[in-house]
Amino acid sequence: MSLTLEQSPPASPPAPPAPPRRKRRTSALDTGGAMVWATAGSLSMCLVAIVGLLLLCFFKGSTTFWPQPIHEFELTDGTQVMGEVTRDELFTTEDGRELRRRLVRVGNYEFTGEHFRWITDDQIASESNPEWALMVERRQALERTQAGPFYGTPKALEVDGEAVATQPEEIWKRFNELHGESVDRQLERQDLEKHDVGATNRLSEEARIALREVELRHGVDSPEWAAQEVEYKKVVEDATRRYELVRARIDHLNEENARVRLIMQAADGQEQSTPLADVVRAVPANQLSFAQSVGVYFSRWWEFLSDEPREANSAGGVFPAIFGTIAMTLIMTIMVVPFGVLAALYMKEYAKQGFLISAVRIAVNNLAGVPSIVFGVFGLGFFCYFLGVSIDELFFQANAPNPTFGKGGILWASLTLALLTLPVVIVATEEALAAVPNSMREGSYACGATKWQTIRRIVLPRALPGIMTGVILAISRGAGEVAPLMLVGAVKLAPELPVDGVFPYVHAQRSFMHLGFHIYDLGFQSQNSEAAKPMVFTTTLLLIAIIVLLNVVAIRVRSRLRARFSTSHI
Amino acid sequence: MFTQNSKMEEELTPHSDPSGKLPARDPGTAATTGGTAPIGGVFEAISRGESFVTETHEELAAEDPVVGIEDFDLHYGATQALFGVSMCVPRGKVTALIGPSGCGKSTLLRSVNRMNDLIDGVQTDGKMTLNGDSIYGRKVDVIELRKRIGMVFQKPNPFPMSIYENVIYSLRIDGVRDKNLLDEVCELSLKGAGLWDEVKDRLNSNALRMSGGQQQRLCIARAIAAEPEVLLLDEPCSALDPIATGKIEDLIDQLRGHYSILMVTHNMQQASRTSDYTAFMYLGRLVEYGPTGEIFMQPKLRETEDYVTGRFG
Ligand SMILES: Nc1ncnc2c1ncn2[C@@H]1O[C@H](COP(=O)(O)OP(=O)(O)O)[C@@H](O)[C@H]1O
Ligand SMILES: [Mg+2]
Repeated sequence: MSLTLEQSPPASPPAPPAPPRRKRRTSALDTGGAMVWATAGSLSMCLVAIVGLLLLCFFKGSTTFWPQPIHEFELTDGTQVMGEVTRDELFTTEDGRELRRRLVRVGNYEFTGEHFRWITDDQIASESNPEWALMVERRQALERTQAGPFYGTPKALEVDGEAVATQPEEIWKRFNELHGESVDRQLERQDLEKHDVGATNRLSEEARIALREVELRHGVDSPEWAAQEVEYKKVVEDATRRYELVRARIDHLNEENARVRLIMQAADGQEQSTPLADVVRAVPANQLSFAQSVGVYFSRWWEFLSDEPREANSAGGVFPAIFGTIAMTLIMTIMVVPFGVLAALYMKEYAKQGFLISAVRIAVNNLAGVPSIVFGVFGLGFFCYFLGVSIDELFFQANAPNPTFGKGGILWASLTLALLTLPVVIVATEEALAAVPNSMREGSYACGATKWQTIRRIVLPRALPGIMTGVILAISRGAGEVAPLMLVGAVKLAPELPVDGVFPYVHAQRSFMHLGFHIYDLGFQSQNSEAAKPMVFTTTLLLIAIIVLLNVVAIRVRSRLRARFSTSHI
Repeated sequence: MFTQNSKMEEELTPHSDPSGKLPARDPGTAATTGGTAPIGGVFEAISRGESFVTETHEELAAEDPVVGIEDFDLHYGATQALFGVSMCVPRGKVTALIGPSGCGKSTLLRSVNRMNDLIDGVQTDGKMTLNGDSIYGRKVDVIELRKRIGMVFQKPNPFPMSIYENVIYSLRIDGVRDKNLLDEVCELSLKGAGLWDEVKDRLNSNALRMSGGQQQRLCIARAIAAEPEVLLLDEPCSALDPIATGKIEDLIDQLRGHYSILMVTHNMQQASRTSDYTAFMYLGRLVEYGPTGEIFMQPKLRETEDYVTGRFG
């Protein structure tokens, strides 16, 4: 109605009888048909992209551990090659023919000097899947840097240098009997090396630091130092004695393990003798039943989830990275939530709304857009080099020049990420607080509650689901962030977890492994990039799964809270 | 009790004495005596910004005041919302505040428990007392003051917690731990608010799941749990349906005598049905204040009569 009024010409007294205004036909855009398509189309594009990403990670990641058949190729130049086909593609040769080429994982690095090899079909004289082809996954022995898998056929099983079996069936049977105890010995040895040797080293190291502390305080000529030195010598002597005992046990285990060896013959006839203890898993891939394949598949998954990496991270497990990711995310959450919530409370509930608070709010919002690497640089400069070095100077002087806190570590990484996710928590909390109806606050004040009582009993419980949304966003952002971590403590291979059984149990200064960084390392830093590639997808799948898991937990908490504070119906 | 329906109101022949002969007197000295309207009518005087004297009926002089208000001014920043309001809230009686929208009823009510302190830029002037204790004095602890006054708002505002916790909220913030005492107060307050039979089996369920009328009665229970010296109700029924409104009105009727109630209402019938005294406000001034029967049947000012008969407002 008012529209017609506006349209009529401005007051000309004897208004001619206005012709009925012609109504424009509603355009296709306005009726909405086109917009339905445009909006729905955009949504489906997003869905396709996301589902595509997840499916890719899922398929590539979940097939990595399925045992593949082992091929043996006789090439036209007379050589023999054995291995798994990892890629299969067609290409056009220079003279225009279409030819198939396959990338074969040939292993046996000590003989071939390569992990993978392209073989085109015109190079092949014959091809077979020998029944007793065996893929031996080897532990990375300390002496060798590159072990990798060995492809071949079993030649013999030796005990004390004497072959106890020479037929493949026989060897396979004896191998399975003996393998278990060899692995047990191997694990015991690793455990001794890691914990007991470490413990004796720690004893003498602590004594040395104590001595150094006395030296710093009283000087070398003081009677205190002399007394401390006697003590130090005693401890070192004791530690040495204990070390000898451990060493003897290790040597014994090593001897035992060296007795039992598997002799393998590669396709080209070269023989390789491997102690059974160094064999992680031997897979007779060409004769596996489906159930056995499933067994191998899950045993590899279990190793992946529970073990440490081998072969420069391209094989084995990622347990330290899983642990590091979760620990870092939790520490980050514990740090960021109280600070973010308190800051938002101040801004929304206490501060006088005005120019200053608006400026702070804009600054916080902008902080959310700062590139994450900038936070990394800040974390390195402030936490590691300033705070950490100061802590070292105050409390860990005896340890100098080795840094304790003055380098990247899980604490500094968590703090850096807490800073990174702080704006997310603040903004979400502020919104949640704003959504609490003022009438509730008034009701509480009218009952004689103080400001803090009102916040604690009315505002916070009511805002909790909204705050949880912020926490969820912060967790997602923090757990997936990699760039800043490279600067403040994530490493390729961490010798120790940040939490272990050694006093004081939590070692916040230690550097740590992180799944995101692990992916980067596998994908771009690996010497054996072809072997690392499938692990990239598997690790990505795992990272996604962990973030989803953390989110699901947080979302469940939130929906519980929601149910408790669901809104009314008047 | 004095009740009356709208039909009767309309049939009444207006009886008023628009004397309008005397000029306005100093408001400070004439709070309780019957006044007279200035020349040209009260409303015009008000719109001219002249001061004038509230027409206070002499019955009020006999009442024992719980809350005394003397020459009270209030500014929201630069705009003045209350102009020299003087009145008393009689003990054990229900007093209704009526007046057109925006005339300052809520502002006056919220001044009694100093809820206006929460708004930036509010300035007050004048005196207010609660049982003889100053409300706006320099040394007054606002928190302690509010604990002595109960308030119920226009929109039901139960807290996001159980019915039980809602009722005993004021005891909780006082740190009362005695379970027996809490249970007892909860039951008594809910009974006092006429809600006990409806909710006694679900005291631990969320208060937000109740109906609007129940929520408002819960708010009343919450207010009386603190044993307030005066109960402030700001249009307690305006968000409710007629049946829930009826229940609240019955409840107010039952609370009469036990509590001193100051109630804002938009609804003339409600004021006439439930209140003992009625105060008529206009543009931040208290125009006429007297027994409800007189205000509705034979107000002293023509303007009051115009308003209560619905001729304006
Ligand atoms: N928070 C506030 N800030 C500024 N002015 C206000 C505020 N609250 C109320 N007012 C003004 O004060 C006057 C009285 O308002 P109010 O007491 O709510 O009226 P009523 O309850 O009688 O409808 C109105 O003109 C209103 O605009
Ligand atoms: Mg109001």
